[in-house]
Amino acid sequence: MSDPITPEIFDHLVQLAALELSGEEAEYIRRQLNNQLKAIHELEAIPLDNSVAITSHGVPYTADTSPAPRPDEWIPYPDVDAILVQAPEVEDRYIVVPDIPHTTLE
Amino acid sequence: MELCDYSALEMVRLLRAGEVSAVDLLDSALSRIEAVDGRAGSLEPGEITTEDRMRVHSFITLTADRARARAQAVDKALAAGEEPGLLAGVPVSIKDIFCVKGTPSTAASRILSTFVAPYSATPAVRMEQAGAVIVGKANLDEYTYGSSNESSAFQPSPRNPWNLDRVPGGSSGGSATSVASGEVALSLGTDTAGSIRQPAAFCGVVGVKPTYGRVSRYGLIAFGSSLDCPGPLARSVSDAALMLQVISGPDRHDSTAANVLVDDYLANIEKGVKGLRIGLSPDYFQISFPDPLTGEYHQQAVPDEIESPVRRAAQLLKEMGAEVIEDVPMPNTRYGIPAYFVISRVEAASNLHRFDGVKYGYRTARPVRDLSELYRRTRGEGFGAQPKLRILMGMYVSAAQYSEQYYRRALQVRSLIRRDFDQVFDPNGKYRLDALLTPTTPTAAFELGAVYGDSVLMQYADQLTVPANHAGVPGISLPAGLDSQGLPLSIQLLGRDFSEAILLRIGRAYEQATTQDDWRNVRPAVLRH
Repeated sequence: MSDPITPEIFDHLVQLAALELSGEEAEYIRRQLNNQLKAIHELEAIPLDNSVAITSHGVPYTADTSPAPRPDEWIPYPDVDAILVQAPEVEDRYIVVPDIPHTTLE
Repeated sequence: MELCDYSALEMVRLLRAGEVSAVDLLDSALSRIEAVDGRAGSLEPGEITTEDRMRVHSFITLTADRARARAQAVDKALAAGEEPGLLAGVPVSIKDIFCVKGTPSTAASRILSTFVAPYSATPAVRMEQAGAVIVGKANLDEYTYGSSNESSAFQPSPRNPWNLDRVPGGSSGGSATSVASGEVALSLGTDTAGSIRQPAAFCGVVGVKPTYGRVSRYGLIAFGSSLDCPGPLARSVSDAALMLQVISGPDRHDSTAANVLVDDYLANIEKGVKGLRIGLSPDYFQISFPDPLTGEYHQQAVPDEIESPVRRAAQLLKEMGAEVIEDVPMPNTRYGIPAYFVISRVEAASNLHRFDGVKYGYRTARPVRDLSELYRRTRGEGFGAQPKLRILMGMYVSAAQYSEQYYRRALQVRSLIRRDFDQVFDPNGKYRLDALLTPTTPTAAFELGAVYGDSVLMQYADQLTVPANHAGVPGISLPAGLDSQGLPLSIQLLGRDFSEAILLRIGRAYEQATTQDDWRNVRPAVLRH
């Protein structure tokens, strides 16, 4: 069976994921992804129809067990500097980034 | 036996009786760490030496000064006649996937190596408010992605205290080694597919994965947001109950922290198992795994050494008055891992997009042309292979053209897994179980290097634990003996939503029934002098 994740698909994924991989790393990861897909294909053996609903959380939440939503109020953070100090590059309390590239949408 | 080997409950009792101080307890913990831990994990470890191979390496960061200040505060509160809290003076470790204010909170990843948390996770806050003394941040698999701790960017990674050539399990490996080797009495871990129960099993300690929503995830660096459960690792069931009491309950910062009353876990823990219905399922006595070349599935029975502690536990519980129900069907157990390969990767990919070298954490030092290149280089250098694998798989299986085939199908399979549990725990159903009794893991701790690198085989270490994460139900892993090589064996109890009190009660009964067993007196190799 040929690999479903071809080098072309893989390169596209890497681009979308905003990653940069060395050649050796790319080879290892693509091989592992294709191996994982083989395991995932086991799911295809299960008879399923549309009557089986999807579950996004195992535990059901009811009106009683879900916390009530909080009022949508802005709460100032008490120590903004403690957050800003984490940024790799800051100037005048602004976070500095390089130029944002222009992309023409197709 | 030194102070640090006492149970958390005993430590608190001695402290309240004025027989020891919180500083005494801390000093004992720190001297144990000095004796067995070796150097902390780092990004530039150099060569792993012979000396390194003789230590457990539980920690990425030790917080001794912070701990001393906390211990002194506990002693001061006690002297002033104030209530010091349920965990007063107890030395604990926190898996380094939780933010603890003022400490490096790294997720064992280079990309967060420079991040110092500006706030604390809710369970950590609750532990400190209850008087616990955090002595350090425990090592783990990078971002929790693994079952052996070998993927940590901070090396040397933890080693199993029972056999230092074996893995401690993962991803809460440093949590398990720190508890097993007496460095701390309790540890806060997380369990997304078995990451508390599997290392607890490998290191011979108790590990509890609470019901999803029982413990707040606020301040936990997210992996699979619909699966992640913070929970305790401890040396006894009662200690685990004590810690669970402290960390459980609703939280205004986490809308998935359920509004469900927290039981008094210690109040009924000695009530025994008379009348409880405990099930055994053939589906948990076999393992499935794919052939690495063909992808074809093989099924085989778990080894006798893994099955026999479960059979014996069933017999002991029966003798104490429980009703044991055999042949309970859990037919979708085998699909837990394939479904997890999809669901957890989609959630991980989503959660990992935020790490970009802009707001916090690591940023590439190489020159970049623009923001896109900054992202790519930062993430390329900052993430190890496991996060990269998960991001890419998550993006692939959730892409528009594949999501019906993979993601939607996996979520449907998740419903089937949940249905298995609903049917056997249904109080009006055929089985009416209070708990399902199973092995925790298909094997005892494997050798370092034996599985690492094969991401499929590594994932299958979680196949008996992951169904509970899909279903959200609680589980507990208990030490249950030693195998022929002296490695810990374990059993697992799974229960219905929010039934932690019953699982702890059964666990405690099992613990009492095996108090006289010879293996209970054997200490981990690293503590035998």
